[in-house]
Amino acid sequence: MLQKLFALLLFASLQAMAATPAELLAGYVAQAGQSASAAKGEAFFKASHGQEWQCTSCHGKSPMTGGRHASTDKAIEPLAPAANAKRFTDSAKVEKWFRRNCKDVLARECSAAEKADVLAWLISVR
Amino acid sequence: MRSAVAASVLLAAPVWADSYKGPTPPAAYTQECGSCHLAFPPNLLPKASWQRVMHGLDKHYGSDASLDAATQKQIDTWLQTYGGQGKRAREEPPQDRITRSAWFERKHREVSAATFKRAAIKSPTNCAACHRDAAQGDFDEDRVRIPK
Repeated sequence: MLQKLFALLLFASLQAMAATPAELLAGYVAQAGQSASAAKGEAFFKASHGQEWQCTSCHGKSPMTGGRHASTDKAIEPLAPAANAKRFTDSAKVEKWFRRNCKDVLARECSAAEKADVLAWLISVR
Repeated sequence: MRSAVAASVLLAAPVWADSYKGPTPPAAYTQECGSCHLAFPPNLLPKASWQRVMHGLDKHYGSDASLDAATQKQIDTWLQTYGGQGKRAREEPPQDRITRSAWFERKHREVSAATFKRAAIKSPTNCAACHRDAAQGDFDEDRVRIPK
């Protein structure tokens, strides 16, 4: 029982541990079992997936400049790590926002391959 | 004694009449609720409304705002303890929207629908567009600046 608790705590602390965008990308690539494509990620990010909102509705057209929330107008900082060093440095936060935003934009969660592609593109943007 | 308290409240009231002076919310509240919109003062909705909001975060006014179970519980518990106090929390507004409360509509009756739709405002939910220090709980009428 105690061992199980320690394992759980270790898992939780690893989840919350600071990471780099490259480490997170490597994680998604491993999970997907295929390499990431920045080109596919860009197309995915800019496409309409049949819902009211697209990624760009809130994040803006360029991940280097950021955007504004489509309904509240709150400023949203740039997604590209080149423009915003805080992005993709906390795995739990990244997972939380992928889960929520994919449901808003695709009405489902994103696959590991989709996350890998988008992250590969965001890392490549300068 | 009671009249002394009432008198001091009356004396202090004009400056802070519209501002939030209650307990400071925990960091989780400010971070999680404040990432898409102002972390609204907890006295603006009654507890029953907060409870419905906190138990429907996956369908939060057109957006998925779901949280991990521990954070959800922490914020829910805090709102059930400290939320819904004071005169603004006497009614459960339609759809549990602060902006549909009778007091909100009364306070903003001079602001037209067209004004709320201006590019720099967009929606009545965007408190800080006109109440610049709303994040600090300051809703004082004298400091309202409506952007053109």
